[in-house]
Amino acid sequence: MKYNENTLDYVPTHEVHRDDVGARMGMWLFLFTELLLFGGLFVTYAVYRFLYYPDFKIASLELNVTIGTLNTIILLTSSLTVVLAISFLQKNNRNLTILFLFITDLLAVIFLINKYFEWTAKIHHGIFPGSEHLMSLPNGQILFYGLYYVMTGLHALHIIIGIIFITIILIFTANGSVNSNNYVKLENAGLYWHLVDIIWIFLFPFFYLIQ
Amino acid sequence: MIDKNKHLNKSFYEEGTTKKARGIVSWLLSTDHKRIGIMYLCALAVFFFCAMILGVLMRLETIAPGETIMKAQTYNTLFTLHGVTMVFLFIVPGIPVVFGNFFLPILIGAKDVAFPRLNLLSFWIYLIGAFIILLSLFLPGGPIDTGWTFYIPYSVRTGTNVSLPLFGAFVLGFSSILTGINFITTIHRMRAPGMSYFKMPLFVWSLYATSWIQILATPVVGITLLLVILERIFGIGIFDPALGGDPILFQHMFWIYSHPAVYIMVLPAMGVVSEIIPTFTRRTIFGYKAIAISSLAIAFLGYLVWAHHMFVSGLSQTAAMVFSFLTFIVALPSAIKVFNWLASMYRGSIDLKPPFLWVLNFILLFTIGGLTGLVLGALATDVHLHDTYFVVGHFHYVMFGGTGTIFIASLFYWFPKMFGKMYNIKWASRSAILFFIAFNTLYFPMFILGYEGMPRRYYDYLPQFTTLQVISTIGSWLMFITIISIIINVVHSLVKGKVAEANPWGGVTLEWHIKSPPPLLNFNSIPQITNEPYDFSQLKTMKYKPMGEVYEI
Repeated sequence: MKYNENTLDYVPTHEVHRDDVGARMGMWLFLFTELLLFGGLFVTYAVYRFLYYPDFKIASLELNVTIGTLNTIILLTSSLTVVLAISFLQKNNRNLTILFLFITDLLAVIFLINKYFEWTAKIHHGIFPGSEHLMSLPNGQILFYGLYYVMTGLHALHIIIGIIFITIILIFTANGSVNSNNYVKLENAGLYWHLVDIIWIFLFPFFYLIQ
Repeated sequence: MIDKNKHLNKSFYEEGTTKKARGIVSWLLSTDHKRIGIMYLCALAVFFFCAMILGVLMRLETIAPGETIMKAQTYNTLFTLHGVTMVFLFIVPGIPVVFGNFFLPILIGAKDVAFPRLNLLSFWIYLIGAFIILLSLFLPGGPIDTGWTFYIPYSVRTGTNVSLPLFGAFVLGFSSILTGINFITTIHRMRAPGMSYFKMPLFVWSLYATSWIQILATPVVGITLLLVILERIFGIGIFDPALGGDPILFQHMFWIYSHPAVYIMVLPAMGVVSEIIPTFTRRTIFGYKAIAISSLAIAFLGYLVWAHHMFVSGLSQTAAMVFSFLTFIVALPSAIKVFNWLASMYRGSIDLKPPFLWVLNFILLFTIGGLTGLVLGALATDVHLHDTYFVVGHFHYVMFGGTGTIFIASLFYWFPKMFGKMYNIKWASRSAILFFIAFNTLYFPMFILGYEGMPRRYYDYLPQFTTLQVISTIGSWLMFITIISIIINVVHSLVKGKVAEANPWGGVTLEWHIKSPPPLLNFNSIPQITNEPYDFSQLKTMKYKPMGEVYEI
């Protein structure tokens, strides 16, 4: 090994070392953990769907496909807007970046509003964990709605975290610390947002469509 | 313009990442991996000591049949807290967060980990998780009494505080995941020029394998613990047979994490062994690639064996046989390591210093632990021994005899580098021998007790078990004395110890090329790696070598 201890090559301040590839790698590793977090729930879903197929089919007919489809379109569009934000920042157009990040946030909020109406409608019909009406239904339907609330609830939590994440990046873009030379934070926010999107892409057919 | 030479002789204790170099704030807000490692060491030592006291009290209760010093419910609480603290607060973070944090960047020739601020964040998350678990002890309802495995249905039905410690464990999972992400990125991106993957020290390989398990297994237990909390609050029914759910599903999801997690605990220990053996035999490691790749093999195979915890939980015969077979397969990479270590010692110039003695403890105790693991992995014997003291004995041989021993070995190996002071070598060697005696007195009777039918987690027992229980309790006192002697040695050396040489053992990996304690940025210039990691011919030309030794090769 060649190493000389009597000279000092480094500037001895402990600056945060910049490595965009490393930062992206870290984000991808984090996304793996998110996939596994939901993976546990998807496995549970698969087991119970296999055991209670007829009940799952009846219960899924109760869900509102229109709102589900609308929400899918909203989320897919928001993924587009976040990509547009990145590519406009690469072209050094800060205003459009901020605009598209804002639209992404807006679409995410609209998604949550739809979700709110959907959940409250269900709760009005007496379908929530522990309710008298739900307990009178067959076991398979109880489990279907249990999983429905847990999985879409956890997904909604991720949407909220995503909104916070994107808003922080929006502020960073506005004050210039995220710019056309240093935009890995924005890319990572985009990656996170795509993950939230892709999980919905699976949740939507599993709960609303397949019979 | 910064005066570079001003920083040449300062250690990381004298120069921090915050504005003020000294004081508590400069530690708590430091993003320096070395300071974070030492903070983890303090936290882990405190939790280990508390959990050990709980263990000693449990042994005292079981010294005689019937109620001795506590009520049954207290005993239930004690074994749960002993398990939760030891597993989630001490041994899972264990070696990676202390010695991994401190030495991983140094061993690969880097200034710090890839994400220093994330590193500090995961320390804080660890503290928050620990605080949540502690908080649950003092709230109405009483401390958790489910055992550290939180099995359904009891964990849903008991009136004690279960949700809060579960949430604490969930939070600790985040800390574990962030550390894993940090280490993997560091190893991929920050190696010094010339350090190819197969020139990395073996401790780095084992940390790499460990980090992958942390990333890929922790989220599953995270969601499982979350489901138990939701089950307690809302009664969703996923684990409740009355609503169509399945309690066995909990066991599957719990062990899908918790089995790989035992490799999170033990792989870093195996890595440290592969560091200590070359240094104290003055010989390169035998089978470098085999040891490196067997770490990855253990990480991979560890995922495929979880159901061997569930042989008597209602598993189908076919599944049980498959899982039993796969369990035997995991013994292969572990055995590859043990044989390679022994081969490394053959014709080596063995130096029986304390770290090496502790490694010998490890090899003997871990081998007993591993072989009794095979007894439990075999279907026919497991049905007899399941949920007995045999399991407790096996687990402690593997975890305490394996990882715990190496935690102490790492401390004795790297102590002079971390603190720049030397401990009392004679004392440390004696404590290694005392440890071996105490350990076997404490845990070996458990194998016999379990074989004779003493169930685990019972606070009362039949009179015929008394003799062995008394021996085991005496062992627990010896163990307590051993641990105290180690703590006194370490603390005394910190205060009054002699200044250590930079390379007291004659090691050749990168940490021995720099001063003790290391400077803030570890290296003054970027090291260029040309040698194999354990090439002792470097020792002749190294700046630091042990005093009074003659090198003729």
